[in-house]
Amino acid sequence: MGRYMLRKLANYLVLVIVAASLTYFLAGLSLNPKAKFEGRNPAVPIATITKSLDDINQNPDTPIVERFATWANGVAHGDLGRTIDNSSVNDDFGRRVGVSTRLLLIATLLGSVGGVALGALGAIKQYRAFDRITTILSFLILATPVFVLGSALQFGATKLNDGSQLIKVTGEYDSQYSGQWGFDALVNRGQHILLPMITLVLLQVALYSRYQRSTMLDVLGSDFLRTARAKGLRRRQALVKHGLRTAVLPVVPLLVYNIVLLFTGATITEKTFGWHGMGEWLVSSITRNDINSVAAVGLFTAIVVLIAGLLSDLLYAALDPRVRT
Amino acid sequence: MSTQTTPGTTGTTDGGAAAPAPAKARSSRSRLTMRRFVRNRLALVGLAVLVLLFLAAYLGPLFNKWTYEQHDYLAFTSPPTSGHWFGTTQSGQDLFALTMRGLQKSLVIGLLVGVLATLMAATAGAFSAYFGGWTDRSLMWLVDLLLVMPSFLILAVLSPLFRTSGWLIFVLLISIFSWMITGRVVRSMTLTLKDREFVKAAKYMGVPGPVIIFRHIVPNMASLLIIDSVIQVGAAVVFESTLSYFGFGIQAPDVSLGTVISANESNATTYPWLFFFPAAFLVLIGLAVSFIGDGLRDALDPNSANAKAKWAKEMDQHADLSLAGAPGKASEVLNPS
Repeated sequence: MGRYMLRKLANYLVLVIVAASLTYFLAGLSLNPKAKFEGRNPAVPIATITKSLDDINQNPDTPIVERFATWANGVAHGDLGRTIDNSSVNDDFGRRVGVSTRLLLIATLLGSVGGVALGALGAIKQYRAFDRITTILSFLILATPVFVLGSALQFGATKLNDGSQLIKVTGEYDSQYSGQWGFDALVNRGQHILLPMITLVLLQVALYSRYQRSTMLDVLGSDFLRTARAKGLRRRQALVKHGLRTAVLPVVPLLVYNIVLLFTGATITEKTFGWHGMGEWLVSSITRNDINSVAAVGLFTAIVVLIAGLLSDLLYAALDPRVRT
Repeated sequence: MSTQTTPGTTGTTDGGAAAPAPAKARSSRSRLTMRRFVRNRLALVGLAVLVLLFLAAYLGPLFNKWTYEQHDYLAFTSPPTSGHWFGTTQSGQDLFALTMRGLQKSLVIGLLVGVLATLMAATAGAFSAYFGGWTDRSLMWLVDLLLVMPSFLILAVLSPLFRTSGWLIFVLLISIFSWMITGRVVRSMTLTLKDREFVKAAKYMGVPGPVIIFRHIVPNMASLLIIDSVIQVGAAVVFESTLSYFGFGIQAPDVSLGTVISANESNATTYPWLFFFPAAFLVLIGLAVSFIGDGLRDALDPNSANAKAKWAKEMDQHADLSLAGAPGKASEVLNPS
């Protein structure tokens, strides 16, 4: 068991390092930090441009491998480099990582549990009203791009508020609550988090419930479930203890890939609702041709994937009756 | 997932390598599939909607007075009227013309990605399983890598590159990031097909590997690939519009549904039609495609209860429980009435 997990960990680590490096290379080759100085009047002297780009290790004239070596060396020592405005990437990273993590963590928990529950229920009540309604709703949500979903929710909330301030449509908290965690501040944060959370949870519930429904249907006709009923378990006991446990298994590995999808979803949600998280940083960094900041976001997603991968492997081992610890 | 178990259903009759099924069986299978598909009302609605969307996108502009590049200086942000069916934008562009133009782009990109990504998946998955060894290992490692790389981030970063090289490159890039899951499924299906007699026969007759893969293995997964390419279309449309919305996709002066929405978003609360019309068409594409995919899956799946005729369902209802075990009867087993 321990050796198996170690092998998995090593494999994930290699993947993450390659993915993060690849992101750096792609960003380094595709983005043009010189754009910041172009079209200025009076024109900026070449020497000045070269100097300021060299200072932040973002000079396109330096060979990419050399730049990468400098960057990777810094990352190994816990320094993510300098932004295009010559401030520390670490500061930005620290400010934003909390925002995104809060959003992602709560949404993943609510979304995956809700999705599994709805999917399993849909399978048990196959072709009845509940199943049909959830199926059509999940199709509708999956067919809707996240930015449309977010904007539609904003639109609805504005109509619902009708001039009051019950549901906040932008930002993470009102400015007077900055850095506070008292009761009032928490209520205020709750008003703000409601819409982005609904967006992300809906997205995941729709996705997981589709998968869960089909795996549950496969299990429902199985012999071992009939055996469980035959040995005298009630229907509910048999379904939960034997059915659901087996049907969740194939869905667990999907957690890893959906984290990547969810990150994209969170990017759009942050942008729509004005949250200053990782996703918003990514979009603004690309438009400002800031290679090091983009690479930092790439590193963040790679680490999130690593954690999700390990978690899903542990969960799988805990649930699978065939894995003996 | 449906697996076809009759080799030669695709009509390959070559050198007797594949045992060709009698023609009667073939036509009846496709006819059965058609019958089942037609029985699925949602899928039919989906198909009708998709055809209508195509007709609207390509024929609609012919009946419209305005092109998407014109500005009507007598109507800024006008609500929908007889002159401007969907109203106009802040700069007086006709929203109907813009939406139809965007719809064309989205549909074409979606279809191209659907075909391309499925081709990639079939090729990579089948080669991986058929040749095994290092081919298999390296291809599957590539799949893992592409799955953990956030595609949105990569495409957004690369957007300055295809800004100049046109939107076909953009289509290719989206495809590169959408074949992996299907590729895995194809791989596991190929592993089972590999040991079948007709593949072995071809192999010992000296047919080269790639020929066997494209002539005997891939056609036997036709149903899975068709379903998947349809689903891929919907995913591609959502992905493309999201990238375009952020300015990382289709570039001005061309428009896609994503750019139409983002250009008018600031006015959406005051002039809701600016958001509502393009968004509705985007959702319609996705819905139509997913209903078609679902209908195809039911129609091609040999033991799906949804595809059966009414009398067959009745039979199921009163079926002897000793026959239980097929999907669709599970509810009776667990629901002793």
